[in-house]
Amino acid sequence: MIAVAVAHRRGAFALEAAFTAEGRVTALFGRSGSGKSTLVDVIAGLVRPQAGRVVVDGVTLLDTRAGVRVPVHRRRIGYVFQDARLLPHLSVRQNLLFGRWLAPRGEGPDLAAVAELLGLGDLLARRPAGLSGGERQRVAIGRALLARPRLLLMDEPLAALDEARKAEILPYVARLRDEARVPIVYVSHAVAEVARLADTVVVLDGGRVAAAGPAAEILRRADLFPGREAGEAGALLHLRVAAHDEAFGLTRLDGAAGSLTVPRLRDPAGAPVRVGTSVRVRVRARDVLVALERPRTLSARNILAGTVVSLAGAEGPHAAVEIACGGAVLVAQVTRRAVHDLGLGPGRAVFAVVKSVAFDAETIGAGTEVEI
Amino acid sequence: MCPRGEPGAAPSIQGRGRARPWTPRAVAPSWPRHALEPSGPALSLTPDEWSALRLSLLVASVATLGSLIPGLAVAYLLARKAFRGRALLDGLVHLPLVLPPVVTGYLLLLAFGRRGWFGAALAEVGIVFSFRWTGAALACAVMGFPLMVRAMRLSFEAVDPRLEQAAGTLGAAPALVFLVVTLPLALPGILAGAVLAFAKAMGEFGATITFVSNIPGETQTLPSAIYTLTQVPGGEAGALRLTLISVAVSMAALLASEWLAHRARRRLAA
Repeated sequence: MIAVAVAHRRGAFALEAAFTAEGRVTALFGRSGSGKSTLVDVIAGLVRPQAGRVVVDGVTLLDTRAGVRVPVHRRRIGYVFQDARLLPHLSVRQNLLFGRWLAPRGEGPDLAAVAELLGLGDLLARRPAGLSGGERQRVAIGRALLARPRLLLMDEPLAALDEARKAEILPYVARLRDEARVPIVYVSHAVAEVARLADTVVVLDGGRVAAAGPAAEILRRADLFPGREAGEAGALLHLRVAAHDEAFGLTRLDGAAGSLTVPRLRDPAGAPVRVGTSVRVRVRARDVLVALERPRTLSARNILAGTVVSLAGAEGPHAAVEIACGGAVLVAQVTRRAVHDLGLGPGRAVFAVVKSVAFDAETIGAGTEVEI
Repeated sequence: MCPRGEPGAAPSIQGRGRARPWTPRAVAPSWPRHALEPSGPALSLTPDEWSALRLSLLVASVATLGSLIPGLAVAYLLARKAFRGRALLDGLVHLPLVLPPVVTGYLLLLAFGRRGWFGAALAEVGIVFSFRWTGAALACAVMGFPLMVRAMRLSFEAVDPRLEQAAGTLGAAPALVFLVVTLPLALPGILAGAVLAFAKAMGEFGATITFVSNIPGETQTLPSAIYTLTQVPGGEAGALRLTLISVAVSMAALLASEWLAHRARRRLAA
């Protein structure tokens, strides 16, 4: 459990944010300049706020009122920086073991386990200068883990990487969340990463907390996400792999919302994902159509019956329609004109329609055991 | 510590056997006769020249090693810390670079001479600088200090503080971060600074001769010996030999530091 409250002013920028988080991964989300990085620097002890309190797992690391300020090196908070910051004069193995040597003895993963988890076995003898960006970031994650941290801070660890490298690292981070048992605070401005990883999302805007709560609730709200990322908002569903359709190359996922048919899921080795594996699926609001009757002559394969719960968006061309389907909530982004013409409103029975092709590697991430 | 016993009794550069009127401490030579004859190839050194070379190497090594720790400390302070009196310290360190060496030497004499400000007190505890090779080392250290600090400071400034931060988050206390991150990363510049100071010490003349005079075997380093040889008839060959040696030693030091720095840089880049 993490409790953070900070008041810090530097020049014209004022950070005044407080949040508590319980889950395994807490995402700090916001556009650049919203104060996310300053906030994690305060948690790590790299920034000294004018006033603040940081408590991690019952240990008070900072309390300006009580005069408590644990120095950086005694906080035992792992930090994965955007730019890796590996020590260039040490080998990968020495980098990995750096924090290990200094950590108090106790439980925790050893070098072999971390190397296996992050796929570092072949890199141990190399030097940081010879690594690719993605490899560097994996070493940085392993190094932080081996220091046996109480909490792992990841400050946009993928932001400096290209799309291919991101896709390479993301499964490792997901694996970390599921296997390493270290709570993570993950800073990002990309909805895809947050949706894939986070249990709790804290949205920062202009140095203040704009919203905080369970990932599924926050990610539905397009109004919280800046600019380009607004189109990424949508429902977050937890589903299980039910069956593969080899003939057509499809996979059926079952969950509280009903069944979804998506392009065939494969694990990194290329084999079909095992039946029963849980997956997180993000259904972008802009990919969802709303119909009043069950469509029979439409190519879309996913038609879910539900009831309109709420409407959002009183101005502009768009409106967001929240539809309860079984135990889950989908969001559809439609025009206000459509809302008017169809007479949509709370309580109205509708069908949510999603093309199977709308799902891709970016929107589907396996929760446990296997990644795609 | 004194390589040749009492300064007054030390043998001197003899300019092929002539007595030297230029130093009041010169005494009659006491070494074997054959050393006085111009025998053997012209490139072989006379015992006096050997003594000047040995003394120079000793003085330069002691000056460099002795100023290493203070140099590192001052360079780090200037590179990384903001404190009251920073500009004053910066100025003080650089003063020997801009003062005439004779002035620096004279100030050292005032401070560390037998009846100097600190000299008397230091003599009580057995530390004597005046007219000793230790004084030559002190003069060389002071003169080389600005060069050493400048190079080290630049290399400290070039170390990315974000790497030090990262080491801190991994549990390293500030002192350990300095030892295992900052120092190794600044190593090429530190070596360069040390070599510069060594080379400066090998060539220091003005402050040394003012502070500790030109006593053969005690304070007569290579430059003083060359100067002496150029002042006596027939000393040209000896002066040339010592000049060549000066060039060779300085070149070797520079090449060694280049090689070490190159190796250190390769370690970072490979």
